Amino acid sequence: MRFASRFAAALLVLAAVTSAEQPAAYTIVSKEGRKPLPSRVQGGQEMFALADLAAAFGVTVREDVAAGGIIVTAPQNRTIVLTPGQALASVNGRVVSLPAAPVRDGRVWLVPVEFITRALGPALNTRLDLRKTSRLIVMGDVRIPEVEVSTEADASRARVSIDISPSVPRAVTQEGQRLTVRFEADALDLHLSQPENREIVAAVRAGDAAQTLVIDLGPRAGGFQLSTQPRERGAERLVIEIAAQGAQPQTPIQPAVPVEPPPLPDFSSGGIRTIVIDPGHGGDDRGARGAGGVEEKAVALGIGLKLKAALEARLGVRVLLTRDGDRAMRVDERAALANNNKADLFISLHANASVTPAPAGASVLTLAIEGYATEAQPSAAPAISLPVFGGGSRSIEIIPWDTAQLRWLSDSERLAALVHAELGTRVPMHPRGLDKAALRVLIGANMPAVLIETGFLSNPDQEKALAGDALQNQIAEAIVNAIVTYKGGSQ
Amino acid sequence: MIAHLSKRVVIGGVIGIALLLWLLFWGAPAWLYRRTAPAPPAEGAAAVEGRRINATLFFVSPDGQSLVAVPREVPFGATPAEQARHIVTAQLGEAPASLVTPIPKGTTLRGVFLSASGEAFVDLSPEAAANHSGGSLSELFTIYSIVNAVTVSLPSVGAVQILIDGREVETLAGHVDLRHPLPKNTTWVKQP
Repeated sequence: MRFASRFAAALLVLAAVTSAEQPAAYTIVSKEGRKPLPSRVQGGQEMFALADLAAAFGVTVREDVAAGGIIVTAPQNRTIVLTPGQALASVNGRVVSLPAAPVRDGRVWLVPVEFITRALGPALNTRLDLRKTSRLIVMGDVRIPEVEVSTEADASRARVSIDISPSVPRAVTQEGQRLTVRFEADALDLHLSQPENREIVAAVRAGDAAQTLVIDLGPRAGGFQLSTQPRERGAERLVIEIAAQGAQPQTPIQPAVPVEPPPLPDFSSGGIRTIVIDPGHGGDDRGARGAGGVEEKAVALGIGLKLKAALEARLGVRVLLTRDGDRAMRVDERAALANNNKADLFISLHANASVTPAPAGASVLTLAIEGYATEAQPSAAPAISLPVFGGGSRSIEIIPWDTAQLRWLSDSERLAALVHAELGTRVPMHPRGLDKAALRVLIGANMPAVLIETGFLSNPDQEKALAGDALQNQIAEAIVNAIVTYKGGSQ
Repeated sequence: MIAHLSKRVVIGGVIGIALLLWLLFWGAPAWLYRRTAPAPPAEGAAAVEGRRINATLFFVSPDGQSLVAVPREVPFGATPAEQARHIVTAQLGEAPASLVTPIPKGTTLRGVFLSASGEAFVDLSPEAAANHSGGSLSELFTIYSIVNAVTVSLPSVGAVQILIDGREVETLAGHVDLRHPLPKNTTWVKQP
């Protein structure tokens, strides 16, 4: 509390001294607390001073005059090398782009605010989330969902719509004239708008605890009921309908309404931080096509988007899609995205087809190394040491693309068995529900990887079902459950 | 006299030897060559025309769930490559009644090559990829019908790489790795 009040005071002081053109300071939110981080606008670009970043994130900054670069060193000798005049940074030897080059303002070096997510986060090996509109920098495994509340009301009822992004579990409780929504999060990034008619809902506001939202009920408020709707990109909408007194609520008022499954294992601390979902095919490559015109690429994308939302909502992990629209991709680009983002799991989504209409059911496939002739079977390669610009060296394990999946085969098979078991409780399974083949997309994945054939588009009934949200949601849910069990077994 | 006689004998001997040498190294081979050179293809063709061997082909079961091994007589090939060509040509042909072909419509065989290490390269026309219906099971059936037909029928061939239009390809329909020769795999073949 003392920290918070000091911080509030600091913010006030900052607001007083900064000139009108300078934007409000950002707030760094981490497990340790909150810290302000001022920014400034230089040449139309919002920038942070490297010295401020050094103080806030515990990195050191030195100018290498001989090499003409600026070297930012994070713990464990991870380095970021910046070159004046170039909108690029080399992070541990990997080049990332920046929206603008670093600039010098007197004795201070300035970098664009995106430096935080593109360079500093990878160098610190920490998740750094820059939220420009909320002026927040979320550091590490702190969960601060964006919560946007809007209220519509008429004489008979009020509807409070709460958009939560990414979705997190929460519970709604009623105490007298107050509904409290408690989120499983460290804090909330709240965006509130007040109702015009205040007879049923008097106000919406932040609660006393950082993770609560309070709805103050008006004099005419009666019973309430809850519903949820999934939204794009892992978000969810919680709708609280409050009837006016006298109007009958459809369900009795409950003192506490849990609206999410029970809490899950803490994914932020263990081995699974990033999951890459690969909706198969795309663009000109339609994949299989049913007689009714349903295309594999669309089914794969539909399930992929639902799976991403479900994983983010339930597990709070970072989820990346190899494609989030209808575009063609080279097969190696898919595993490359997973490898470059150090994903912990790779899940390729497909829909099957047969030359006859009868086959139906889902199957889960892993790479079959037996599928390759002996000469093509790869062997392990040693690590090599490479010099790094700015001094020192780093050891790089060179893994030939075609050997990447080999070391993960048993983990991949364990995940496949769990996905198979979970799918089996919800959707029809193919007689060869667990299979292995020389699958091109999996060979280069340097992490446990499975390919899921979600059903047969050549079967008219399955084609119809696969195009619908109900089956797609079932499949996504089964995969989430399998990952939860997989994670439990990995600890 | 003796000297005269011996001189004639020597001249006769030299001419005789020269004649014999000519006959041995030029005349006879040329004559023999003229007689025999065109003969092998003619005799070979005559011999092969009638000869057929038993190959094993693979087609999709009526329920679409597996491949079924089907014995089929195919023409005898004088070389392993020619034999492989006959087998693949038969595999690309029509399926027996009640079974379904796993080969996309319009697919033809452009050629078959064999490497010294026992790998066959089966070069298919672009229709094999362009007309493929998609789906990993369907793709596995297309590929392993050909791979198995060649490797089961010709034990000297250890693996088969499928090429499309003379080129190495990543996959046929997006799933199975075709960048390497694939060994025999009867996982998807229904056991009798």
